Amino acid sequence: MSQKFRLDSGGLINRQQSLNFSFNGQKLQGYVGDSLAAALLANGIHHVARSFKYHRPRGIYSAGEEEPNALLEIGQGSWRVPNSRATLVPLQEGLVARSQLGWPSLGFDLARCFDFSHRLWPAGFYNKTFKWPNWHLWEGMVRNLAGLGRAPEEADPDHYEKTNAFCDLLICGGGPAGLTAALVAGRSGLRVILADQDEQFGGSLLWDTAMLDEKPALHWVASVLAQLEAMPNVMLLPRTTVTASYDHQIATLLQRGHNNAWRECLWTVRCRSTLLATGAIEQSLVFPLNDRPGILLAGAVRHYANRYAVAVGQRVVIATNNDSAYQTAIDLFNHGVNVIAVIDQRKDVPAAMLQNMQDIAVRVCPNAQILSSRGGKRLRGLALQQGQKKFKLNCDALAVSGGWAARLHLLCHARGSLRFDTQRQAFLPERLAEGFFVTGSAAGDSTLVEVLARAETVSNGLCSELGKKALQVYQPKVSPSNLESPAVAVNTLQFSRQRQWLDLAHDATLGDAELAEREGYTAVEHFKRFTTIGMSVDQGKTGNINAFLALSAITGKAISEIGTTTFRPPYTPVTLGALAAGHTGEGYAPRRTLAAENTHKSLQACFEDYGGWQRPDYYPSDREDAHQAINREVLAVRTSVGVYDNSPLGKIEIHGLDAAEFLHRIYMNRVHGLAVGQCRYGLMLNEGGVIIDDGIVTRLAAEHFLINTTSGGASRILGRLEEWSQTEWPELQVLIDDVSAQWSNFTLAGPRSRELLQQLDSDIDFSAAALAHMQATHGMIEGLEARVNRISFSGELSFELNIPSSYANGFLQRLLESGAAMGITPYGIEALMTLRLEKGFMHVGSDTDGETIPDDVGWGKAAMNKAADYIGKRSLTRPASLESNRRQLVGLLAVHQDQVLRSGGHFLPGSSQRTPAETQGWITSAAFSPNLGRHIALGMLRDGRKRLGQIMQVYDAGNHYPVKIVPPCFLDPENQRLES
Amino acid sequence: MLRIPCPWCGLRDLTEFRFGGEAGVLRPLQPDQSSDEQWADYLYYRNNLNGPQLERWVHAYGCRQWFALRRDTHSHAWSDAVPASEKYP
Repeated sequence: MSQKFRLDSGGLINRQQSLNFSFNGQKLQGYVGDSLAAALLANGIHHVARSFKYHRPRGIYSAGEEEPNALLEIGQGSWRVPNSRATLVPLQEGLVARSQLGWPSLGFDLARCFDFSHRLWPAGFYNKTFKWPNWHLWEGMVRNLAGLGRAPEEADPDHYEKTNAFCDLLICGGGPAGLTAALVAGRSGLRVILADQDEQFGGSLLWDTAMLDEKPALHWVASVLAQLEAMPNVMLLPRTTVTASYDHQIATLLQRGHNNAWRECLWTVRCRSTLLATGAIEQSLVFPLNDRPGILLAGAVRHYANRYAVAVGQRVVIATNNDSAYQTAIDLFNHGVNVIAVIDQRKDVPAAMLQNMQDIAVRVCPNAQILSSRGGKRLRGLALQQGQKKFKLNCDALAVSGGWAARLHLLCHARGSLRFDTQRQAFLPERLAEGFFVTGSAAGDSTLVEVLARAETVSNGLCSELGKKALQVYQPKVSPSNLESPAVAVNTLQFSRQRQWLDLAHDATLGDAELAEREGYTAVEHFKRFTTIGMSVDQGKTGNINAFLALSAITGKAISEIGTTTFRPPYTPVTLGALAAGHTGEGYAPRRTLAAENTHKSLQACFEDYGGWQRPDYYPSDREDAHQAINREVLAVRTSVGVYDNSPLGKIEIHGLDAAEFLHRIYMNRVHGLAVGQCRYGLMLNEGGVIIDDGIVTRLAAEHFLINTTSGGASRILGRLEEWSQTEWPELQVLIDDVSAQWSNFTLAGPRSRELLQQLDSDIDFSAAALAHMQATHGMIEGLEARVNRISFSGELSFELNIPSSYANGFLQRLLESGAAMGITPYGIEALMTLRLEKGFMHVGSDTDGETIPDDVGWGKAAMNKAADYIGKRSLTRPASLESNRRQLVGLLAVHQDQVLRSGGHFLPGSSQRTPAETQGWITSAAFSPNLGRHIALGMLRDGRKRLGQIMQVYDAGNHYPVKIVPPCFLDPENQRLES
Repeated sequence: MLRIPCPWCGLRDLTEFRFGGEAGVLRPLQPDQSSDEQWADYLYYRNNLNGPQLERWVHAYGCRQWFALRRDTHSHAWSDAVPASEKYP
């Protein structure tokens, strides 16, 4: 078994349980407890990627979510996940990992030619190139070469969950600070949620060699966890990243499953306050050729050695500008790894550090910088300068530390502000958002003693703010660790002909920053977008401070003057599946089913979705296709009788002393004169004069009206009525009530519809004398309370029967039984649309759009004749409404009998067929009319009414055909049928 | 997500409400006597403030009542939630 770089002992891994995995087809082994990156390093594999632009060999850089290089593709088939940080993927049996860039292979990548020609591809080159002769010529090639990772091609097979939670205190981060705070807050009785993105709690203590109470730190962690687990008011969420903080104290957390039925669960947490114990991210060092495999962050090198028992190399050099990296030297030495030297940028290295290195016989080079590195797919050596002296070192790994940047993203999401601390060379909290607290290294603490002490203080303060008494908690004794000053020297930039990377993930260099300045992109938001520094998958987590330093050096402005770019959620990527959890498939939108659905199903109805409602389109009998069924239904309604389920129709009742006045102001049509028992067709306009709805208004009593709205529009119209009543006319006494769901509505239409009704058991007089067209009545039908309107959308003698919804199935069946002898035909929406089209009745939303005013569809006279004001009236006399050449509703017949007319065809100007041309309007509804034996249509044509009788050319998706403009009514223009 | 204070139901999530635009937009009492400019002003022109703004809201999925609210369009801090029937602050 090869894990050549696995240390003999130590680590939080289970050496009894080894795991098999593969990388680029190579079979390898690791242990339970490894991350994928740790297992790769244990096998001596550093080179796992190619850089984004130049395709240079790249290696694992960190041990956390800040990883800029090791973005691998995990899994196969529909489980494939691109751009996965190898540092966070827990090793599992059979895991398949692949590198993403590199063709034909990771080891031999032809695209490395971009590195050799790198002077042609500086920042922003794509804004100045690939324009001639035509971008689209280049587009395919560029898109194939650019990008990172292969998008999945199949549907996500995993299951995701969502949940909500509430708490008094959300603690982000379960390291020493977070655990202490959880203990204090939990003991005080607050409801606490403690979340940490790692597989287990402990934070930095998982890879730190500090001793607490003279025992390894993890003993303390275990005892704290045991206490927390026993508290019912504390919820522990490991494997959970707090991804965002939003307004009014709501946070989203992404929890990764572990042997769960779900892969990820998205938590939405409403909390009273938030404590950030999120720690800090180590920053890189900027020097020429600072991007080779084998260069890692110094803290990560410790992390791999202590937590995973992995040595990153056999000859390690450490480069730093602060004290913290010295601990790496000590830990490596204790593990038996050869540390060649510590290269310190500072002239005055603290005596304590020098002493520590002397104790372990490690050479220290103060006042030294790295001039360049060498090595192809692996670091082989460095060229250095100390003072005036130049020298070289051979090494196979370099641990760099450029300081520590506090993780304050969540604070910035919540609109807190940051200030630049020059001693620490880092951004620290300045103004906390309301309800936010920060502690630990996120607040600038650098030693474990400080971290534990401040955590207790901050959580005490927090408890009292939330109204609970904080009890004292036991603070463990920290064994004297190396004296660490938080001071970080300024990362001085040197001039070099070689490239110096500021952003490894987007391959952006110091030269790009200088170019940005030359081109004038020095405002920090411009600088970011021009250079793309900080815009990759890692969002610049390891390099942002250096980027600001570069911008500061180039422009001569202090960092505090430069400011930061905006931090936006999420902190780390969130799978779309988690965001959509519960809302896919049937969970996407609720289906609304008709009360009589079972009967429709038994009639073999073909259902379609109309605004959520599952409604029959047509009812095909055994050997019919759709067209045959629809034609049959249309003819049945015109010759005998049909039944149509219009239950989704909006039904709103208006009661009150001022009901008539209210509706008179709402509708374009007159309402005051409407007699009891009369129906009237009404148009509703918005204040812009545009038709938003049409429907029947029925007066049931002096102070009682029933209005119909478009199906699926009932709640929208109800909302409008309530708005005008409550906010504009509160003096009008009206009660508004939506009864759409209470009544099911069946239309009986056809010459024999009255005959059928008179067969039913009813006390209602359906004769022509008693119930004329546009009249309403009520009574009992088949033992059910019924409201009947004699109105027609089909153009035939027609009755709308409203009965209580719970009886819909039985009532429909009764109608079908009674009408069986006369061949009663259920008809669906397709037939209804054809019937109304034959009569030229418009359909709001199909024939009208967001600009249609009453005059456009032939209602101009009625709109202007009403003296009283109504919503939208004033807009009808605006210049735009009075313009000539507005689109008007017309009927259309194709010149050639067999021509198919389709909605969407555009009218061309004149008789020419040439396009492009200015559209004169378009066909809005079209259908085959079985009564006329040809296609008919309605359209909105500029100046349509003046063009009656003319022939116009229609352009329809590449085809042309002539149509004749006719009045919008194709059948029974005298309305004899519906007034019979 | 924001929480909006309904004067009747208390603090509820934003998804229960519908935004009704700026408050204090007065409909001309005699629309037929408004000039085209005055009518356009009523229809389309708003102050669109950066800062505290008086707005209309309706608790659409709750009590369905309209009310006015002063909300800071920058920080989402709110104050002065009053029912539509009362005088605007």
